[in-house]
Amino acid sequence: MIRKSIEFLLVFFCFILQCTFFHFISLGGIAPNLLIILTSAFGFMKGRTEGMFVGFFSGLMMDVLFGNGIIGLYTLIYTYIGFFNGMFNRLFFPDDVRLPIILITFSDLVYCFIVYVLTFLLRSRFDFSYYLLHVIIPETVYTIFITILFYRLLLKLETSLEKFGME
Amino acid sequence: MARVKLKRKKFELPSRYILAIITFFCIAMMLLTFFTDAVSAPLSGIAAYTVVPFERGFDSIGEKFTSRMNDFKNLKEVLDRNEALQNRVNELSQLNSQLTRDRYELEELRDFYGLADQLSDYDTVGARVIGKDPGNWFSVFLIDKGSRDGLAVDMNVITGSGLVGIITEVGPTWASVRSIIDDSSNVSAMVLNTQDSVMVSGDLKLISEGDIRFEHLLDEDERVVVGDQIVTSNISDKFLPGINIGYISSIDKDPNNLTKSGTLTPGVDFKHIGTVLVIKELKAGKKD
Repeated sequence: MIRKSIEFLLVFFCFILQCTFFHFISLGGIAPNLLIILTSAFGFMKGRTEGMFVGFFSGLMMDVLFGNGIIGLYTLIYTYIGFFNGMFNRLFFPDDVRLPIILITFSDLVYCFIVYVLTFLLRSRFDFSYYLLHVIIPETVYTIFITILFYRLLLKLETSLEKFGME
Repeated sequence: MARVKLKRKKFELPSRYILAIITFFCIAMMLLTFFTDAVSAPLSGIAAYTVVPFERGFDSIGEKFTSRMNDFKNLKEVLDRNEALQNRVNELSQLNSQLTRDRYELEELRDFYGLADQLSDYDTVGARVIGKDPGNWFSVFLIDKGSRDGLAVDMNVITGSGLVGIITEVGPTWASVRSIIDDSSNVSAMVLNTQDSVMVSGDLKLISEGDIRFEHLLDEDERVVVGDQIVTSNISDKFLPGINIGYISSIDKDPNNLTKSGTLTPGVDFKHIGTVLVIKELKAGKKD
């Protein structure tokens, strides 16, 4: 229960950071996606249930404040991202930084693609190559950059949580 | 010291069932929130007491971060003063642009004597921007006033220099505003001096240049030129008439040879919005 509360607080904190502070460090109007890092990281570090939990709350916060009146869309996307990252839990070793980077990159790409399809393609914005080059790829690259800094912190938090016996 | 791991047997639902439950729940919520407001009201109430107070605090931290090169001691004082003055400037420029519009309207009214004055003083309330959409796709931002200050969905948001956007969601102490540069925004507008109606739609491709696209300009007499002012139109069902949007920066003929489209430079600097004014008046005749 304590573990869940800490995770919830972390999502909460990251969401606020994402809405406020990250706009000040955005480059060319593109900000990195901290919530994807969080969801994805808890997915592969702790498994599917944990990933879904973090994803669910990340998405829910997006939906309530910025969902444009529809609650559930981002919740669903983030929950699935958490779930699928959780499938790689067996391949995860804390010292290996390659798997996290590959998974987070892939998650962010998939997330962007889904958002593009659901919110842009369906409004007949067909120029996918433009959005790929100007939004999706820059966001992913910036996200990877933040991952390299942020992942160590997450790992430290995770190991200290385990040390105190919070499964 | 080695710790012994205690393994308790606990019943746990397999994660794929949880996923199925969440999927079902989300789809139900989407349908529910799409058709009614029953669920979003309590949730936005919760957000008002949890997320929003922190956003307020964090946003000021972020602002401090960007201007930390300044002298810290004077900074706060100057910022406070600046905020007060900025509000004043907004009010005055709003008044000023209203007067300019009134002049145009006066000319028109001389022809049609007896028409009721549309541009009455709007009742506005000032609000601070406290957060922005976390993604990179849309341009939605949060302000620190909500239904408790009399705000409602579909109210227009302006600054002294023009239209900013429209309120799409409202909670007790917050509201989210979709700006007119947002890719999903469409504003029915008109060219001020020829009264030709156009559709102003935000476009993600133009955001980096700070422009907005306009379409469906039926300008048979070729009277509209670059530099003309575009304001919200009388026939819009959500936007109050006569609010400045911006000035035309380029015009092109559409492939159909009938209509024209192009770009306009908005009057508002969307990269640096700190405070906005919300017009506490809905377009007349607009009822849910």
